Amino acid sequence: MSRSLVNWFKYASPASFYPLAGRMIPYFAAAAAVLGLAGLWIGLLVAPTDAQQGEGYRIIFVHVPASWMSMFVYCVMAFWSALGLAFKTRLSGMMTAALAPTGALFAFLSLWTGALWGKPMWGAWWVWDARLTSQLILFFLYLGFIALQSSIDDPRRADKAGALLALVGVINVPIIYFSVQWWNTLHQGASVSMTKAPSMAHTMLAGMLLMALAFWAYTIAVALARVRCIMLERELSSEWVKRNATE
Amino acid sequence: MQWNSFSDFVQMGGYAFYVWGSFGACALGMLLELWLLKRRRQTILTRLSGQEHLQ
Amino acid sequence: MTFPHASPFILAIRRDLLLAARHKTEIVTALFFFVIVVNLLPLGIGPDTDLLRKIAPGALWIGALLATLLGLQRLFAPDHADGTLEQMALSPQSFTLLVAGKIVAHWLVSGLPVVLIAPILGVQFDLPGRSLGLLMLSLLLGTPILSLIGAVGAALTLGVRGGGALLSLLILPLYIPALIFGAGAVEADLAGLGAEGHFSLLGAVLLVSLFFAPWATTAALRVALE
Repeated sequence: MSRSLVNWFKYASPASFYPLAGRMIPYFAAAAAVLGLAGLWIGLLVAPTDAQQGEGYRIIFVHVPASWMSMFVYCVMAFWSALGLAFKTRLSGMMTAALAPTGALFAFLSLWTGALWGKPMWGAWWVWDARLTSQLILFFLYLGFIALQSSIDDPRRADKAGALLALVGVINVPIIYFSVQWWNTLHQGASVSMTKAPSMAHTMLAGMLLMALAFWAYTIAVALARVRCIMLERELSSEWVKRNATE
Repeated sequence: MQWNSFSDFVQMGGYAFYVWGSFGACALGMLLELWLLKRRRQTILTRLSGQEHLQ
Repeated sequence: MTFPHASPFILAIRRDLLLAARHKTEIVTALFFFVIVVNLLPLGIGPDTDLLRKIAPGALWIGALLATLLGLQRLFAPDHADGTLEQMALSPQSFTLLVAGKIVAHWLVSGLPVVLIAPILGVQFDLPGRSLGLLMLSLLLGTPILSLIGAVGAALTLGVRGGGALLSLLILPLYIPALIFGAGAVEADLAGLGAEGHFSLLGAVLLVSLFFAPWATTAALRVALE
């Protein structure tokens, strides 16, 4: 037990995580490419036309995975933040910082594809639907996190402040989601039925899951690559960087 | 296979703008992120080799 | 002046209120900002009474959010600048209690005046008497949430580049539940639906922020002071 604990903390130091991350990136990148191609194949070529939405529904194959990932990444950031505040490991702050831009990208893509889906289906680029609105707020939370981290010069303080913000945010996300839903039912503005679940054929589900897995692998690969950059930037003068970087 | 011809595929049953707009934005966003990441890494490595040169 | 038997909580409130009393212009400015923002809305939208009555709760609530933001930046900054905050963090007194006292003082100075002046603005929007009472009640429950959550943001951005704009970017999304339940309570009542659900949810949000915010603020201040 104590040995495995030691092993875990060994990889929590940048010097030993850097090469490990470097070894892991190609696998996740390859997985992302293979899963993505398979998902695109099924989603664009094999999956049948939807009875109600015609071919327009194919946006689902990027929209839903992007939305899932944007929410999931925020939870992972909160997880690393809690870990970082509890154990004071340097790696966790770097991982949180490395994940944020990708999460923000997915939140943005989810909004973008949502608008492109909404226009032909509901006749409007934007409706004040609970899910859309919460997604927009999640995007704001990402922007706030990135803005806070990039305006603090001392990386240690940036990590801790970011960790606290991520935790405050993750407590708030369910409250925000609930409140927006509550607001939506009160005003009965846009009662949008997305008609996803009932008419979903097996191939559609398979395509969506493949795309979600592809996005997931992409996120890991990119976050690992970014965390390597962050490590180098922060520890430019340390010995291990000089040994490692030239490899 | 769902499509009879390539142009059918491109037209997406009249939803071409929306479908390709979505898929294109995702591809563009990811490629942009990868490119930025690559540039960031290159910048650091150049700085590192510069350091070594000084020593 | 010393208060040997007072708890750090009371001490902090008293100290901040004394300081605020010396800088009365700041309080008055924030309050006038609130009044002016809310009064600009009819000018932008038009004097249609029905429409104004409909948007009144939202307009007043958004005014309250912005007015709270205005004072937040100065919640910790002056104490940080002259080293008092560091003394507080190192003192044997509970830092969390001192911070909680400062938050309460901030609410007394920036939240309470908004609550008290809200009915006058409500009358301008032609709100009926019953709604005015509910609006005050919703602001009374809601403005403490704004001070509590805002304190976390103020602590996180303490001494950071571009603090003011950054603070708004961090805090405004977190204010959304308070805005929705607070403004929604009055709107629901105007629409003939009950407002009880909104008030209990607003109370729940207040309890959650009472529980977490002082702790998170203290942690963020310690990070800033390191």
